[in-house]
Amino acid sequence: MAIKTEEMVLNMGPQHPSTHGVLRLELKLSGELITGVTPHIGYLHRCFEKHCEAMTYPQVIPYTDRMDYLASMYNNFGYVTAVEKLMGIEVPERVEYIRIIMGELQRIASHMVAIGTNGLDIGAFTPFLYLFRDREKILSLFEMTCGARLLYNYMWIGGVSHDLHPDFLRLTKEFIDYFRPNITELNNLLSYNKIFVERTANVGVLPADVAINYGMTGPNLRASGINYDLRKDEPYSIYDRFDFNVPVGEGKMGTLGDCWDRYYMRVLEMEESLKIVEQAIAQIPDGDVHSAIPKRIKPPVGSIYHRVENPRGELGYFIVSDGSMNPFRVKVRPPSFVSLELMDELCKGHLVSDVVAILGSIDIVLGEVDR
Amino acid sequence: MKTPEEIFEILKSKFGEEGVTFTGDQAGDPYVTVLPEIFRKVAVYLFKNEDMNFDSLMLLSGVDDANGEKTKDANENEIITGGTLSVYYNLFSLTHRHKLTVRVSVPRETPEVESITDIWRTADWHEREAYDMFGIIFKNHPDLRRILMPYDWDAGYPLRKDYQNPEFYHGMKVPY
Repeated sequence: MAIKTEEMVLNMGPQHPSTHGVLRLELKLSGELITGVTPHIGYLHRCFEKHCEAMTYPQVIPYTDRMDYLASMYNNFGYVTAVEKLMGIEVPERVEYIRIIMGELQRIASHMVAIGTNGLDIGAFTPFLYLFRDREKILSLFEMTCGARLLYNYMWIGGVSHDLHPDFLRLTKEFIDYFRPNITELNNLLSYNKIFVERTANVGVLPADVAINYGMTGPNLRASGINYDLRKDEPYSIYDRFDFNVPVGEGKMGTLGDCWDRYYMRVLEMEESLKIVEQAIAQIPDGDVHSAIPKRIKPPVGSIYHRVENPRGELGYFIVSDGSMNPFRVKVRPPSFVSLELMDELCKGHLVSDVVAILGSIDIVLGEVDR
Repeated sequence: MKTPEEIFEILKSKFGEEGVTFTGDQAGDPYVTVLPEIFRKVAVYLFKNEDMNFDSLMLLSGVDDANGEKTKDANENEIITGGTLSVYYNLFSLTHRHKLTVRVSVPRETPEVESITDIWRTADWHEREAYDMFGIIFKNHPDLRRILMPYDWDAGYPLRKDYQNPEFYHGMKVPY
């Protein structure tokens, strides 16, 4: 007698430690194998875009903090540069350098969480704690600058809210010297760890053409072997002044574009970000950080799409202005929203335990997905 | 690499003068407005043609133009009738490194646009979001459901300019 089989539906989340927020994945299973994944999002939906329409342009900045709460500095960065581009504001050199330093420190901090939680989901507890210990040092640097540890409201249209603390540059240098050897330690502890490699190599392989068609960007796209980084290819702010490499996936431990590649891109990017911060510290000029802040922020009629390289990929702001004090429409292109769309494609044919590894490797923040 | 103007000239010669118009005198990015009837053909052309090769759809966003007739109802709430809703497509070509913004405007009462999910797969969720927030119907979309709002939300489309919050949702008070 044949055994009766049928498809099983399993809900992962909304409350699940490895969904990194409130996300429900509806898994369709044939035995242990996954035949389909349907993500259900919207649990954190606050309708950020509707709020924006009732705010003036500077009042939107604190809302951007709360989208990708692990990379708030960079969300500020994207928004203020978009408005500045629409209004044609030139910001002082010092402001540009401060923004780059903050942005790259934020990238390191954000990657630390990504790497740490990716390992944690798979069972590596120690690296997570080490990384959070080091991330704390970056958050202290931010706290010293603007008083907040996570949600900064630091970058303003035309400037930044506070100038750097007199000790900031010295302490940042100390942090760089302290953190560099820790990356080697992390590699020995986690990246080349046999168990970790077994769990992530050849899992969730993403071919380059699929990645582009699905709009994947950032480290996730580069892990598939495409050398595309907005900081190099479409330099905004003053990124063209720095010497840094763009790490690209090589399929070192398995297939090109697998979970390990996506993980490892972030490790390499931390090193590159350290390089940028180092150069920026050496070059930063003196100046007034408030001199270019306009008294009245009233962009001309028009629309703009401006994008920056967020730690998670391309963060874009589409702003429509009707010439008044309030934005007519603000639409955000959140990188995680786009990455999450790929879950179905990535998980098919894998085991349930691999979903955790894949979800960790694409590094999503639900605050940004739902806005 | 081509400028938006050059791309517009090519589109004009290919699809006729009535179908495409260029707006370049505003601040920010210039954009090309395409009639909804020929939009699908233009999209396929932009994706497939070797000189265009727009392989990446950066963003798809709905916008309520709020250009219809504005009246007040009994409770002094604004109601908009007529006018258009628009969908903006921000395209990028990784091979040629050029960009284009395409705008498609559809009437507010019958907002229907052809889906482009089969061309750029990323459009799937973006189109669902535009449907969720503006009620724009994307024809031939494989799975046009609400995405951010609850699936059973029946009080309209939140990002429309004349949207009113309902009093209650499943017995919970909505306005705070």
